[in-house]
Amino acid sequence: MSFNTPAELKYAKTHEWLRVEGDEAVVGITDYAQHALGDVVYLELPEVGATFAAGAVFGVIESVKASSDLYAPVDMEIVGIHDALIDDQEPINADPYGNGWMLRIKPTGSAEHLLDAAAYEQIVEDASDD
Amino acid sequence: MLKRTPLYDRHVAMGARMVEFGGWHMPVQYSGVMPEHHAVRTSAGLFDISHMGRFSVSGRDSESFLQFVTTSDVSTLGVGQSGYSLLCTMDGGIIDDIFIYRLPSEYLIVVNASNLEKDWNWLRSRSTGFDVDLEDLSQRWAMFALQGPQAEQLFCDAESMRGVGLESLPFHEIALFSFFGFNGMIARTGYTGEDGFEIFCDAAYAPQVWDELLKLGTPGSVLPCGLGARDSLRFEAGLALYGHEITEDTNPYEARLGWTIKLNKPDFIGKNALQQIKATGPTRKLVGFEMVGRGVARADYPIHDLAGNLIGHVTTGLPAPTLDKPLGLGYVPADLSAIGTEFDVMIRGKATRAKVIKTPFYQPRYKR
Repeated sequence: MSFNTPAELKYAKTHEWLRVEGDEAVVGITDYAQHALGDVVYLELPEVGATFAAGAVFGVIESVKASSDLYAPVDMEIVGIHDALIDDQEPINADPYGNGWMLRIKPTGSAEHLLDAAAYEQIVEDASDD
Repeated sequence: MLKRTPLYDRHVAMGARMVEFGGWHMPVQYSGVMPEHHAVRTSAGLFDISHMGRFSVSGRDSESFLQFVTTSDVSTLGVGQSGYSLLCTMDGGIIDDIFIYRLPSEYLIVVNASNLEKDWNWLRSRSTGFDVDLEDLSQRWAMFALQGPQAEQLFCDAESMRGVGLESLPFHEIALFSFFGFNGMIARTGYTGEDGFEIFCDAAYAPQVWDELLKLGTPGSVLPCGLGARDSLRFEAGLALYGHEITEDTNPYEARLGWTIKLNKPDFIGKNALQQIKATGPTRKLVGFEMVGRGVARADYPIHDLAGNLIGHVTTGLPAPTLDKPLGLGYVPADLSAIGTEFDVMIRGKATRAKVIKTPFYQPRYKR
């Protein structure tokens, strides 16, 4: 099975993506992650203004089968959330890099630990071999 | 080493996501839990349930033996009939929940995969003094469930099934049939809350039968389904899952399975303890609840009363696909089990309000 992994994005090992836009960035979960979860039926996102250290849990995503944490890819402050996803999570499955975006953030720390598309694809490939 | 059903190669070839379940390598989903769940509620789905244990009980004393080791009244089963029953400990704890089919010259019992060995050893050890033969047929026979409101029509329309009378097989009855050129047994039983069949056939030709069942109707009429949808379907229909709603530490009365206990039949294992529990009434009860606050309750989450005291735990919780909202089952003290009672489910440490509602969440649509 192959997954969409756009080259222009940065990736966290925990399956979030980050797209830098000026001094802000947009965050969501990867195509691999949405596929592994199955149909998302519930989403919990933080409040605007909340701050998180890289690796901290910023939200919860649930499918019928399981519940998973969402992790901050970098040190960040929330400047906007995608409200519409709270009532309708379908875009997370249908368009994870587009209308499935979750957060608009202001990075407050380094993004150097994030992976490029090739490195993230390698992680996904290793995980799929299990 | 995980065990594989005769359908293992089919599951892998069809791209199912495989997981470990009760020592078995099983498909958790094919196309997705949601589409599979909805297919069973609206049309038809096919499950490989060959991982379940199948024992034959034969011999002169088979009826009195089953009367002794189970809680139900096996003597009421006519040939070809079947019923739900429990194996209990002396203390009234539930060893397993089982299905007993009465065949012309033997009984067939179907047990949970995760309890197969435990049940087998228990039954063997309790058979002393009874003239019975126990045989484990689990490897020799495969088992499928074809479930959903269209299951009957689709199966009866198969060329090999025309005129054989499957449509008149009553609820919970089993009979011999020839399907797709193979012989086997078909029962009108299941675990989804829908009408449908469970099919027993020789493991040697199970893959061919599976392929034929998937070809019923037009392409896509029968969706292959995994354990994920099996769990969400049984949950909505209020059917217990061993290891969750029932364990050796739960008794049938608190699990709302008192209807399976026939205290007026001859002595059986656990009878004294169960009589006692019934007389005093269970101290806790299994309840169904919906979330008042936002969140999804999951198995093992603690339940607190409104003053913050730990009072119980969730046994199963998930966003119910047919009801389209997060629901749960869990144990709470009997005096907090009335419909409308509120308590808090601790979701990742956060108290989230929930309210007791009527079960089953989804009213089963059996053909009786």
